[in-house]
Amino acid sequence: MDLVTPDIGLIFWTGLVFLLLMFVLTKFIWKPLMGAVNNREENIQEALDMAKKTKAEMQELQTKNENLLKEARVERDQMIKEAKETSNQMIEDAKGKSKTEADKIIENARASIESEKNAAITELKTQVATVALEIAEKVIREELSSDENQKQLASKLADDISLN
Amino acid sequence: MLNTTLKAFIWSLVLLVAAPVFSSESEDGETTDVNEMIMHHVKDAHEWHILTIEGDDGHEKHISVPLPIILIDGGLKVFLSSELYHGEHVEFTNTKGEKEHYLVNEDLGYGLYHEKIYKLNQAGRLTFEHGHPTNAKPLDFSITKNVFALIFSAILLFVLLKAAVNTYKKDGMAPPKGLAKFIEPFVVYIRDDIAKENIGEAKYKRFMPFLLTVFFFIWVNNLLGLIPVFPGGANLTGNISFTLVLAFFTMILTIVSGNKHYWGHIFWMPGVPVPMKIFMAPIELLGVFTKPFALMVRLFANITAGHIIILSLVGIIFTFQSAAWGFLSVPMALFINVLELLVAFLQAFIFTMLSALFIGAAVSEHH
Repeated sequence: MDLVTPDIGLIFWTGLVFLLLMFVLTKFIWKPLMGAVNNREENIQEALDMAKKTKAEMQELQTKNENLLKEARVERDQMIKEAKETSNQMIEDAKGKSKTEADKIIENARASIESEKNAAITELKTQVATVALEIAEKVIREELSSDENQKQLASKLADDISLN
Repeated sequence: MLNTTLKAFIWSLVLLVAAPVFSSESEDGETTDVNEMIMHHVKDAHEWHILTIEGDDGHEKHISVPLPIILIDGGLKVFLSSELYHGEHVEFTNTKGEKEHYLVNEDLGYGLYHEKIYKLNQAGRLTFEHGHPTNAKPLDFSITKNVFALIFSAILLFVLLKAAVNTYKKDGMAPPKGLAKFIEPFVVYIRDDIAKENIGEAKYKRFMPFLLTVFFFIWVNNLLGLIPVFPGGANLTGNISFTLVLAFFTMILTIVSGNKHYWGHIFWMPGVPVPMKIFMAPIELLGVFTKPFALMVRLFANITAGHIIILSLVGIIFTFQSAAWGFLSVPMALFINVLELLVAFLQAFIFTMLSALFIGAAVSEHH
């Protein structure tokens, strides 16, 4: 019976010690301990969330990069194609232009040759006429140098006229 | 493995039952009273007995730590328990016809019988009636063996936990180190699987200091109780006064924090006919007290039983007056002792768990 009879002294001391212990432990142990544990857990949770987020972001970035690369490739191809076209065009253009130019030069040359030739012919004609005249003059002068010759010619001319 | 253990256990039980039969046949009066020894250990005392040796003169010499006695008897009276233990031995014959003795210090005016302090009568003696002293008892607030163990364990617990917590201050974010590595899982377990689980996310925080303190305090005292020598070995958690106070705190917390749902359920049970409501109210009200009462008895009975079993097994040797029995009783005592290590934790856990459950029922918003 002694065993199950509560004892006032021990009840008093247990109550006192337990309450004191609870307050002391709460202040010096449980609060810092729970604080540290909660803090760490929050930190870990945050880090995990961050990692998840970063992973998603990385994924997105990678997709973006791939798209960008694809676009860049397409653009490059386009650019190369365009450049080729442009260069071809330029070559074609240059070719055409040079031919026209050459034709033009040839035409010009031909024209100037023609005009030079004409001028030369005209000059030649004038020269020939002058020379012919001089010769004719000299011949006539010769013909008319003696009276006889003058008579002969006059008779000849007169003949010609009578014939007519 | 289990079969062998079971067999050994049954054998030891058979032997235990048979033990008194043999012991009663021993002829000389020198048999150690095992029952007396066990009860002496399991109960509280005003000194801390360590060892009894046989002196040169053939008399027994007790080596013990005297503890302060504090009495309220028309004023505060403080003296060391050695003044009573080293006082006069008064022999008398009890109702069964056996010789017993009590201790008397006539200068102080107090006598000690079965670890209870009585005021002496005019003749400086105790007066017995039906085997019990009829003398007045002063209010005894002594630092008894259990009170000493109580204070010692509280200080020990604080020092250990402080050492654990100090590792956090140095580096808050790092994983726990040293003692904290051992403490933290229990704290987290109590928070997540006891408090949050039973009380709920919203309200558990307020009750955490109580639950944590109860758990560690009971556990450390259960373990200290298993250490056979000073300053361990006090049967504090197996003392009804101790468990009564802890269970009382749980009850107070339940009553104080009980919301209108809780009291509604007790006094006017919803969903049953009115006659049933009237019938249920006193039963439910009784439940408010029986739940902590069960807490009190469970811890007390489990720990006391553990101590009694171990002492009984060791006691076999003395009952049979043969050291050979040690080959059986020592392994058995060891087995029970290891089992008690588990029980020490288990009972602390159950007390905390059920406290959380009762508090949780009182603060729960839905049903």
